[in-house]
Amino acid sequence: MSTTLLQLVSELASGAIRVIDLTQTLSPDFPQIALPPEMGQCWPFRIEEISHYDERGPAWYWNNFSCGEHTGTHFDAPAHWVSGRDLPNNTTDTIPVGDLIGPACVIDCSAQAAADADYLLDVATIERWEAVHGRIPPRAWLLMRTDWSKRTDPVAYQNYDETGQHTPGPNAEAVRFLIDERQVIGFGSESIGTDAGQAHYQRPPYPCHYYMHGSGRYGLQCLSNLDLLPPTGAVLICPPLKIRKGSGSPLRVLALVGA
Amino acid sequence: MTSPLTRPRRKNPVLRTRLPNLPPGGRSRVALGLTAAAALGRFELQCCRDCGKVQYPPSEACQVCLSERLQWREQSGAGELLAVTELAHSNDLFFRERLPWRLGMVRLDCAVTVVAHLHGDCAAAGARVRVEAVLDRSGQGVLIAMPDKETAHMADDPQLREFTCDPKYRKVLVTDGRTAVGQAIVHSLIRAGADLIWVGQSEPWKQFPGIEALRTLPQVSLVPLDLSDSEAVSELCAEIGGRVDIVINNAELHRPFGIAARAGIEAARAEMDINYFGLLRLAQGLGPALRARGADGQSSAVAWVNLLSIYALSNYPPHGTFSASKAAALSLAQCLRAEMRPAGVRVINVFPGPIDDEWNQTVLPPKVSAAALATAITRALQQGIEDVFPGDVAQEWLARWRDNPKALERELAG
Repeated sequence: MSTTLLQLVSELASGAIRVIDLTQTLSPDFPQIALPPEMGQCWPFRIEEISHYDERGPAWYWNNFSCGEHTGTHFDAPAHWVSGRDLPNNTTDTIPVGDLIGPACVIDCSAQAAADADYLLDVATIERWEAVHGRIPPRAWLLMRTDWSKRTDPVAYQNYDETGQHTPGPNAEAVRFLIDERQVIGFGSESIGTDAGQAHYQRPPYPCHYYMHGSGRYGLQCLSNLDLLPPTGAVLICPPLKIRKGSGSPLRVLALVGA
Repeated sequence: MTSPLTRPRRKNPVLRTRLPNLPPGGRSRVALGLTAAAALGRFELQCCRDCGKVQYPPSEACQVCLSERLQWREQSGAGELLAVTELAHSNDLFFRERLPWRLGMVRLDCAVTVVAHLHGDCAAAGARVRVEAVLDRSGQGVLIAMPDKETAHMADDPQLREFTCDPKYRKVLVTDGRTAVGQAIVHSLIRAGADLIWVGQSEPWKQFPGIEALRTLPQVSLVPLDLSDSEAVSELCAEIGGRVDIVINNAELHRPFGIAARAGIEAARAEMDINYFGLLRLAQGLGPALRARGADGQSSAVAWVNLLSIYALSNYPPHGTFSASKAAALSLAQCLRAEMRPAGVRVINVFPGPIDDEWNQTVLPPKVSAAALATAITRALQQGIEDVFPGDVAQEWLARWRDNPKALERELAG
């Protein structure tokens, strides 16, 4: 057995390495992404009781649940976007499992997002972050901390007005920079999409989906607890459900953080 | 003169809530003709096609010429009150609890004499009256003689109120306040004197016009309610179920597609989830509470209104999946009606023609306005009508469907 692995489990047991849950609870109360009503919709999370130690099943309690592939804290596979449709291994059942454990860099944009719900992360901000914390290593997750997950009221979390949703995200140049210059493995956000709420009006529309998935990279959204992560050094564990030809899936996202 | 209804006092919580008893509900099949008409708010009697005689009570053959060629025809109900009596004793549980009870004998202008329940404002024998067929708490058609001319606070007559479902001083749940129809229903209920209106709001982050304005109305309480969410439905039912007197389930999902025009089943499933399963969830949540309060004083639980569609009767192929979901809801509403009947709680089904909303944008007029639909619902409650067909399209399709359902199916196939 590898001494590294032995050391890992021993530090997990001792608490020297902490496990942080970056997942929102799956519940009917958590809002789902909403498209214009004439379009197809992602199912919200719904749960129906099968039995509860009652006449439907005397000694056991269990439920059926339903949701979309993109409900709650979820993973976006490259096939989710049209730009990634023809890539190899682009769905949840075929993506290399080695990609599902990796380092995370966390850029704190909470102040900007508090000041401007439509805040767009740009290259200059990433470079300023690197000046302090070092260059983003290849094959790392870039997590955009906005503290959006602290908006526990769904109205504030969704943040709609008559022009649509207002939530932060990256701008197109930042996405290209992360892919081309830093070879990130994916982009993670706390809001309902990896793209900003008004990303329909960016060029190209939804640049994070368009470029990330077009380059075979992944997305994580509806993350929480990013404020508990260090800027660098955390390791993300984020395997989606092995859905055949799945475009994504709800998942449990864990971060390992050293002392 | 009828005394105006006053807001009921709070009930004494140490006293047992009275259980519902029903008036005699047995009817022969032929007598159900009266019920069928009363369900639509019509007074019909059998007419002989051979000798022309109008007859009452209903029977298998003409009482004059023995012809079996009888047809139910609408009657004006105009007549003269011949005699009045006041019931002071009854072994029937329903009437025993409501004594004294006035009955009258009325000679209708169509030369038929009937025994009818009597509105309190009907004067002594000799007065002109108007006989109406109404549904009683058993859901059966009965006759009531009303004063010939409108009187003050006529709807507040205690005996008449045993047949109606008046929202005055009652507490109502309207399941969807996001639509123009839902908002119009709220305003109509307020005009009708409803005391308290819970208004359901799903996905509160979506900015729908008008819903915030409801918040400012003193009678209105916005509550989270998404009929696709079993947990949310049961939570709200647990919270307010014991106080709801009238349920108006107007939540619906409508996507205008047939089979070929939309790939996949997601839109159709969403329709079923709200229009059919939503009704089922709500009925499981609120049904027991309403049944327990069917005789709970002046503001008892009294009615359940379902917003269906005329498309429930016969599929309208351009809106084929919506039609199917409403047909499913109609079938379930019949089950609900049967299950609510022991409590005397009326289930009212509303079958509008195309509503003038965004999902019927490309449908030619005539379309039912939100206000007209709301008025029809409130009137059905006030008059105790069970099946309501608001709008010209609904009326016309109903007539065609009653005449020949197969012909209507073929006509709707284009």
